[in-house]
Amino acid sequence: MFESLSDRLTGVFDRLRGRGALTDSDVVEAMREVRVALLEADVALGVVKDFIAKVQEQAVGQEVLRSITPGQQVVKIVHDALVDMLGSESHSIDLNAPAPVCVMMAGLQGSGKTTTTAKIALRLQTREKKKVLMASLDTRRPAAQEQLKILGEQAGVATLPIIANQMPADIAKRAITAAKFGGYDVVMLDTAGRLHIDEALMAEMIAVRDIAHPHETLLVADCLTGQDAVQIAKTFAERVGITGIVLTRMDGDGRGGAALSMRSVTGAPIKLIGVGEKLDAIEEFHPKRIAGRILGMGDVVSLVEKAAETLDAEKAEKMAAKMKRGEFDLDDLAEQLRQMRKLGGMQGVLSMLPGVGKVKDQLSEAGLDDRMLKRQEAIITSMTKKERKKPELLNASRRKRIAAGAGVDVSDVNKLMKMHRQMADMMKAMSKNKGLLGKLAGGLMPGMMPPGMKLPPGFPPGGRR
Amino acid sequence: MSEDGDKKSGFFSRLTKGLARSAAAFTGFIRRRKLDEDTLDELEELLLRADLGPHAVARVLEEIKASKFNAELSEAELKEALAKPVEELLRLSWKRFPFDPAKRPHVVLVVGVNGAGKTTTIGKLAQKFTAEGKKIVLAAGDTFRAAAIEQLKIWGERTGAPVIAREQGGDAAGLAFEAFERAKAEGADLLFIDTAGRLQNKTGLMQELQKIVRVLKKIDPDAPHSTLLVLDATVGQNAIQQVEVFREIAGVTGLVMTKLDGTARGGILVALADKFGMPIYWIGVGETAEDLQLFDPYQFARALVGANETA
Repeated sequence: MFESLSDRLTGVFDRLRGRGALTDSDVVEAMREVRVALLEADVALGVVKDFIAKVQEQAVGQEVLRSITPGQQVVKIVHDALVDMLGSESHSIDLNAPAPVCVMMAGLQGSGKTTTTAKIALRLQTREKKKVLMASLDTRRPAAQEQLKILGEQAGVATLPIIANQMPADIAKRAITAAKFGGYDVVMLDTAGRLHIDEALMAEMIAVRDIAHPHETLLVADCLTGQDAVQIAKTFAERVGITGIVLTRMDGDGRGGAALSMRSVTGAPIKLIGVGEKLDAIEEFHPKRIAGRILGMGDVVSLVEKAAETLDAEKAEKMAAKMKRGEFDLDDLAEQLRQMRKLGGMQGVLSMLPGVGKVKDQLSEAGLDDRMLKRQEAIITSMTKKERKKPELLNASRRKRIAAGAGVDVSDVNKLMKMHRQMADMMKAMSKNKGLLGKLAGGLMPGMMPPGMKLPPGFPPGGRR
Repeated sequence: MSEDGDKKSGFFSRLTKGLARSAAAFTGFIRRRKLDEDTLDELEELLLRADLGPHAVARVLEEIKASKFNAELSEAELKEALAKPVEELLRLSWKRFPFDPAKRPHVVLVVGVNGAGKTTTIGKLAQKFTAEGKKIVLAAGDTFRAAAIEQLKIWGERTGAPVIAREQGGDAAGLAFEAFERAKAEGADLLFIDTAGRLQNKTGLMQELQKIVRVLKKIDPDAPHSTLLVLDATVGQNAIQQVEVFREIAGVTGLVMTKLDGTARGGILVALADKFGMPIYWIGVGETAEDLQLFDPYQFARALVGANETA
């Protein structure tokens, strides 16, 4: 139901093709679309406004890169600004304090605090080799303490024994004492979920904070949150003080605008994201990926980026000239495959695209993953230099030799050759056509998909409507 | 921001109080003024902040523009002008929960994403229906989340409703089947089946949900007689996808919105009513069972824009 921003902008800029630089009125019109895209992604209105003002200023007067459309250009500007705002460097949990380092978790009910607590504990224990103790201070939700205990058992992380009817502040005290005597490096306090306007519970949390002196206070927030994200984050930041944000449910198909809202009102970095139900499903935060999602797109940006990079280099000129003549040899294909792997392979590329969860599942079912990319590269590297330059040399016996060299079947070699030919044809067609990258985005992937695999509507972006 | 002193008040004032925090924003600028483009812009902002989403906001504004453009309006009139089209949209979703006493049991499957408040909602509904003299059975079908079964059992103890459960990690569909048979044998009026929270884009988990539905149909082709999707008031535009997917997979028949006692405005319900017209049965405005109330478009719309908060 959501149009990707690039689709919207393509519409806006259709009339404006061939301009040298973005004018004021072009940009104003484009920004209206950006605004709707951001609102649909649940970015808070106030944040949207600031953002638009900032981007508008940057965009006016920018030269339009030669081989992309103004729409794509604006997308890139917007994307870069988003990444900038989301915080470009990654932050990890800060444990630089005398042991036991206290980490306190805060958030609304149902944001995923307890699960996140266990995930982080497991992560610290396995990756940083820290000894972690978890304690649940949630005396409100039925069975919440048991939940953490069970998770602790599953993760192999120690939990504080439960004493019935103890108050949260007392549990916190007991946890810290136990951590001290038990020689723990980290003690994690999972608090009860609370509404940020629940005075009594906020006071309780402040009391716990004053006892525990947490080195890190992490706000656990659901990335599906709407406009209220600002209010929640602001209140927690003001009342309790937070040092970082953990976004949960990033494995859903939410656009995650809450990330931007929370980051921008609190200034606290997004440290980790929860990406699944399993206890190891927690990852570092990648601003670029989230920015792409918020905009309802992903690959267009990377492609534009790549174009921008390449256009700087002389090498690109050569490549473009080659393409213009319709020359796309196997070395070029190998380069493409390498680029894809650099982007994180098939899975990585796909996960940058919104709404392709299904495709991803199908991919793994079909056993189609980065191994395939590697195999294809292996086939190309098994060829002689000459063969790579002149694919038409490849007769049956050469193909057999190559297959043996790469450890694949001849049919795999044939498939690769077919793919290459399709791409070469496309390049040729494109060299006569405008909008190189739009085509690339639309054409590259299908050629690489195995037959019979269905793509969801709207995939790839840029190829619909 | 608010003082929790006035417990006396009925549900409406609690809802209003919850929503008034948003409504406070609405009151700020509204004096007597002309409904011109500037005013419309401000109204647009307010509605957007309430999570109505760009589409529903555009619809509401069109309505206002068509009927009241350039009119000089007092604060109350302006609020009413704003509430009216919101209410109209919400009316599309105004349906009573179709409890069928003949079913014995009327099977209610409860679904939603993680953390929406499914288990708590079931507990509250069990309490409500028990108070009305109905015989309830609960099925602890969330076999995934640690301690979810214990959580439902505690609600079972509170309400006196038997809880059918298996060990954690067990087969939810098998449990649903067993619970249905037990509820039937015991002549229960209602069976509530809890399910594990799942994001709607997880194919595997959604298939598991389909299996639960399939298994229930083996006993009664009409079962589940109701499938409730629980939404959290803080949810944004993703709720639209949630409704779409859960409806397709599990045949959702109605919505329950929880956690309206925060600052979240729940305006997404207006967007959902606009798009799907799917029944909204209950809304939750607090922690206790009494705080789970029947959805009322008139009240909700007025509370959303803060039209009734003076008294």
